[in-house]
Amino acid sequence: MEKFDLKGFKQKLLLAPDFKSYVFGLFTPWNVIAGIILLFGFYAMVYRLIFGLGPATNLNNDYPWGLWIAFDILAGIALAAPGLTLGTVVYLFRLKDYKSFARPAILSSLLGYVFAVIALLFDLGRYYRVFYPIVWSWGLESVLFLVGWHFFLYIIICVVEWFPSFFEWLGQERLRNFFSSLGIWATAFGVIIAGGHQSALGALFLIAPTKLHPLWYSPLLPLFFLITAVLGGMAVVVIESSITHRYFKHQLKRFDQKAFDKKTLGLGKALAVVLTLYLLLKGLDLFHQEKLHYISLSSTYGVFFVLEHLLFGVIPMILLLWAVKEEKPFWVRVLSFWIALGIIVNRLTVCLIAYNWYIPWSQKYYPSWMEVALSLSMVVLIILSTRFMIRRLPILSD
Amino acid sequence: MKRRDFLKGFLSLPGILGIGSASKFIEEERGFKTTHTQANAKNWEIYLKRKESKYEPKEGSYGVLFDATKCIGCRRCEWACNEWNKNPNQPIENFERSRFEINSVFEKIRRPSAGAFTVVNRFDVDGKVIYVKKQCMHCLDPACASSCFVGAFTRTEEGAVIYNPTVCVGCRYCMVACPFDIPAYEYYDPLTPQVTKCTMCFDRMVEGKVPACVAVCSADALKFGKREELLKLAYKLIADNPHRYYPKVYGEDDFGGTSWLYLSPVPFKRIGLPTGLKNSPAVYTRNYLFAVKVLEILASPVLVYLAYKAMSKKGKDEE
Repeated sequence: MEKFDLKGFKQKLLLAPDFKSYVFGLFTPWNVIAGIILLFGFYAMVYRLIFGLGPATNLNNDYPWGLWIAFDILAGIALAAPGLTLGTVVYLFRLKDYKSFARPAILSSLLGYVFAVIALLFDLGRYYRVFYPIVWSWGLESVLFLVGWHFFLYIIICVVEWFPSFFEWLGQERLRNFFSSLGIWATAFGVIIAGGHQSALGALFLIAPTKLHPLWYSPLLPLFFLITAVLGGMAVVVIESSITHRYFKHQLKRFDQKAFDKKTLGLGKALAVVLTLYLLLKGLDLFHQEKLHYISLSSTYGVFFVLEHLLFGVIPMILLLWAVKEEKPFWVRVLSFWIALGIIVNRLTVCLIAYNWYIPWSQKYYPSWMEVALSLSMVVLIILSTRFMIRRLPILSD
Repeated sequence: MKRRDFLKGFLSLPGILGIGSASKFIEEERGFKTTHTQANAKNWEIYLKRKESKYEPKEGSYGVLFDATKCIGCRRCEWACNEWNKNPNQPIENFERSRFEINSVFEKIRRPSAGAFTVVNRFDVDGKVIYVKKQCMHCLDPACASSCFVGAFTRTEEGAVIYNPTVCVGCRYCMVACPFDIPAYEYYDPLTPQVTKCTMCFDRMVEGKVPACVAVCSADALKFGKREELLKLAYKLIADNPHRYYPKVYGEDDFGGTSWLYLSPVPFKRIGLPTGLKNSPAVYTRNYLFAVKVLEILASPVLVYLAYKAMSKKGKDEE
């Protein structure tokens, strides 16, 4: 066995001749902005750990769940579904056209879940007990128990799926091949696990039928969350690939703009189909559960519901159909951003606005600046780690 | 000076945040006062001991009947509750005075909070003043217990729903799940916060005593007894005084039935009780968990087939 080359490894890790030039290379305008956000975020983390949730957040007895759950967990996990969608399509259905999308998709899932769980730790009153539901003390009847276990298992699955690119980078051919073949089974298992907990995040609210506004409460909540997670997964793949293909073009050996646009249009088509399906089910829910009378101009919730579904449902659906038909990949990219934003709005609405709807608006929860800072710094950390890995690991150049 | 206070002072020094210095005030104002109450932990220990010692369970669970037509809003129950559970308290006169004062606690609709397991609210229904006590309803099929992912809640055979702080992770899903908005959290404790709630004075019940609030009530608004008997009594009261009562007993089947039962002169909606559900909300999450397991089982052969096919195809590709 050859001797481990420390200096070579260091250069491989830093992508610079030495540590000093690596540090100097970090001072770019975007990095400075990211650093400022992280500074505020770290302040919020330390403050929460020393003084507790009360001083750091605007949580109260009426709103036990705030931005960290609504944004980092509910929205974050839905948008971390690329592994569920693209991973499955490529590894299980062997759709070769989309093979180049699979590794970035898995990377965004892995990072999405890891940072969601990190954010969750700050939200838990006794974060040091986070392993209790995994190791002992099982609350088998709880949806959250399913969520906890599935998060735990899914992160393992993501790591297994990510290992091939990691070991390829390290030059460990045998380990790479081993995890590569294990990856198929991990993906198959991952469909069950990811499908399970994506729907479970919606099912969390099934236990509060009187507390969630009837327009959003539905026996179909788990299905709505699952479908929108599939949407989110595909939208993020489009967003992520359009960004990486712009900034990391040099890594792609045989880059073909036309083929890439075609694949983007293909994803746009899938987005349009799933979004249509979602809106049909939403309509069925409205009629079948006899909720139409809640929609009126005099009700803030009614207006909000209509706006949410018009702006982030019907309009992007029509535009997507048009963009796909007219072959406009640029618009598919723009609409993917729009759909991802819509999913964030939907999760915030369910968790923060439609929840406890009988409470006067003046008593509604709004996040403190520290909650916003921590959530934003999680987003920044995801972006930075993605960039860090794409620059080093064979994510794009597979 | 406590270490925590010192740190608080230290961090607020640069003047970046006013929160550090103001937090003490907010803590009191919002009613999140961290009390480190031992009431919940103590009751859980009694429950565990009784479970081990194989006592003979008595027939039927207990409950309390609250009669809103009789409550005079003296708030002595709040005082007695704080006294027994060693929560922060004030002289009893301060409580009794509220109903005669202009800017009293009754101006706002309150809910139980950390350090206050029960509160009395005042409702003005068409000019009629009605006082309503609020505390844990001790559901027959509690949503909090079903929602807890570490199983920190249990319903005892006596009817009390109690909480175990020694396993609680602090996810606060019980607070989301409770249809009555009862569990409260010690948000101001950075290290060992707990959920706090009424225990139905389980520790008193097992000694043959009635809950502290019932014991102190001199207006005859609270009656302790077997739930079955209280229900009969409630319906008898309604039958004997049809003009005095709204002809239903709240808690008989609302949210799957509760140990605490309410009698009211007006529809229950008007006095802040949630209505519209006759089964426990836990039914929906249970159904979901069952459905998801069925789907997972059904999906597994399909996925195994796909994975197997993908494997063999991959092998061929590489040849």
